[in-house]
Amino acid sequence: MKIHEYQAKEILRKYGVVTPKGIACFSVDEAVKAAQQLGGDVWAVKAQIYAGGRGKGGGVKVAKSLDEVRRRASEILNMRLVTHQTGPEGQVVHRLFIEQGVSIEKEFYVGMVVDRGRQRVCLMASSEGGMEIEKVAAETPEKIHKVFIDPIAGLSQQQAEEVALKIGIPAQSVPQAVTLLQGLYQAFDDTDSSLLEINPLTLTAEKQVIALDAKMNFDDNALFRHPEIVALRDLDEEDPVEIEASKHELSYIPLDGNIGCLVNGAGLAMATMDIIKLYGGNPANFLDVGGGATAEKVTEAFKLMLRNPNLQAILVNIFGGIMKCDVIAQGVVAAAREVQLTVPLVVRLEGTNVELGKKILADSGLTIISAENMADAAQKSVSAAKTKLSS
Amino acid sequence: MSILINRNSRVMTQGITGKTGQFHTRMCREYANGKECFVAGVNPRKPGEDFEGIPVYASVKEAKQQTGANVSVIYVPPPFAAAAIDEAVEAELDLVICITEGIPVRDMLRTRYKMQGKKTRLIGPNCPGIITPDELKIGIMPGYIHKKGRIGVVSRSGTLTYEAVAQLMALGLGQSTCIGIGGDPVNGLKHLDVLQLFNEDDETDAVLMVGEIGGTDEEDCARWVKENMRKPVVGFIAGVTAPPGKRMGHAGAIISGGKGTAQEKLEVMESCGIKVTHNPAEMGKLLKSVL
Repeated sequence: MKIHEYQAKEILRKYGVVTPKGIACFSVDEAVKAAQQLGGDVWAVKAQIYAGGRGKGGGVKVAKSLDEVRRRASEILNMRLVTHQTGPEGQVVHRLFIEQGVSIEKEFYVGMVVDRGRQRVCLMASSEGGMEIEKVAAETPEKIHKVFIDPIAGLSQQQAEEVALKIGIPAQSVPQAVTLLQGLYQAFDDTDSSLLEINPLTLTAEKQVIALDAKMNFDDNALFRHPEIVALRDLDEEDPVEIEASKHELSYIPLDGNIGCLVNGAGLAMATMDIIKLYGGNPANFLDVGGGATAEKVTEAFKLMLRNPNLQAILVNIFGGIMKCDVIAQGVVAAAREVQLTVPLVVRLEGTNVELGKKILADSGLTIISAENMADAAQKSVSAAKTKLSS
Repeated sequence: MSILINRNSRVMTQGITGKTGQFHTRMCREYANGKECFVAGVNPRKPGEDFEGIPVYASVKEAKQQTGANVSVIYVPPPFAAAAIDEAVEAELDLVICITEGIPVRDMLRTRYKMQGKKTRLIGPNCPGIITPDELKIGIMPGYIHKKGRIGVVSRSGTLTYEAVAQLMALGLGQSTCIGIGGDPVNGLKHLDVLQLFNEDDETDAVLMVGEIGGTDEEDCARWVKENMRKPVVGFIAGVTAPPGKRMGHAGAIISGGKGTAQEKLEVMESCGIKVTHNPAEMGKLLKSVL
């Protein structure tokens, strides 16, 4: 799960992380009022969307008067912000964050993620802060310093000092940086974060170390013990189709092709997408119905796929283990009847009760293209989609 | 010999009184030597009870002492599953197989930390388990699709492993042991650990390794194979078409920061002498070609 910058900063402040003063707003008037309330003569007007790269996309502007705050706020609010993380369709801005301006002397990068290889939380820091951190990682990886954190002892004073000095925080500001870094890790650990990024971490002209931006993602598997974080969820930021899918415990990700895939198991679902591509087609989605699919779940899965206007064919690929093929077949038949299928349907069943499953499909009276194996299924769905498209 | 488990293993089920634990313990008992192998269950609130004749003990330690069980399988719900692993490690079992899906990463980081220097091996979590065909099945895979033979199979996923096994079977190739190591980012045995075991196993002639996008486990394994493996290895990686930054069902199946793409993995594997296919329908055929 993701949250907005202003929400992340609110969490981090509780851990002693210094940030500029700011107020979240939902309208232009609120934005102007917020700037007045904050005082000073420079403000940052920041779009609040989950995706990164907001600055480059034009979603973060500096304003030097209240009039300019009003002008910038009205430009950014409701704009369709396109960044390298939103995809070409962009994301509409519904919330703004007005912050007090800061005089920047130098910018750094700090991030935390779980490193799978080391099985530790990894603190990454770099002297090269700002917007181009992905380029730094790719071109000059030696400029990124990594520290692996002991899960019991936490981030030690010594580790934090070392990182601060390595990225070039001046000696007089190191104690502040240590407090900030240790606070960041404590927040990461306490909230079951999966990613925490401060980009940039800023050294101000007054030699203060502050988090100018903040990004936090959380481990979905741990949300059961964090109702306070679940409460921050902003449904405007999420794909309505993915929200609908999660209600039915389906794992669904829309893609840009035209062959819908309904598969049990994430690995097999990815392999099914791959083989469609290999035979010259394009998958319209990733869809894992999981281990305990019922007829109702299969019907919901069909409805999700059919929302896609580009859909030209559906491929059902099921390897029945615990989930029996006859149950799936009943689900497919019920779903095809209920949704009045308008695209060709290719079904490949294998595993437990496969003969029974195939018989149910054959006896249903529905036009179902039956496939013998994965390759056959992929070829048949690719050619069915092509025929449908040209008809 | 097979690896990790065989007909002489003695198994306890942690979470035997839950619906999932009961269902799969029953299925595993019905497979090959399951009846002799599944000897105990654990539930701290129900000691002294039994599940279809399998005695339930208050703790892993007690179950081990009373029955000699050296392996445990875990179906405990996610919030308590990491603690269940910890208990099995404390009791110094040889092997723990954690089927539970959805354990918080933070819990697994602590559990893996505590496992350092301990003798217990962990398979999973979020995995289908392990099977030595015609001897013993510990986990949720359909037993009947397997047959005893000389091919080792290791994979991160469930149904894709069954698909691989079915392709081997269609070509008349049985398996020594099949292991699903699970799709979570922080887990126990990696591809590399399993390949090391297959390398030393007299009854394994070749290995089929199935991977997924995310992490660098397959690459690490491939580099080891190049220097050390004395048997042919073939591979497939799922997720060539997966877009970056999207989580594909498994918590581990995500391409982040340009790392862990299927293409990159396939290239490293090939450069290390592992034959790979881009076609998931040809995993069996590819394996047969190297025998």
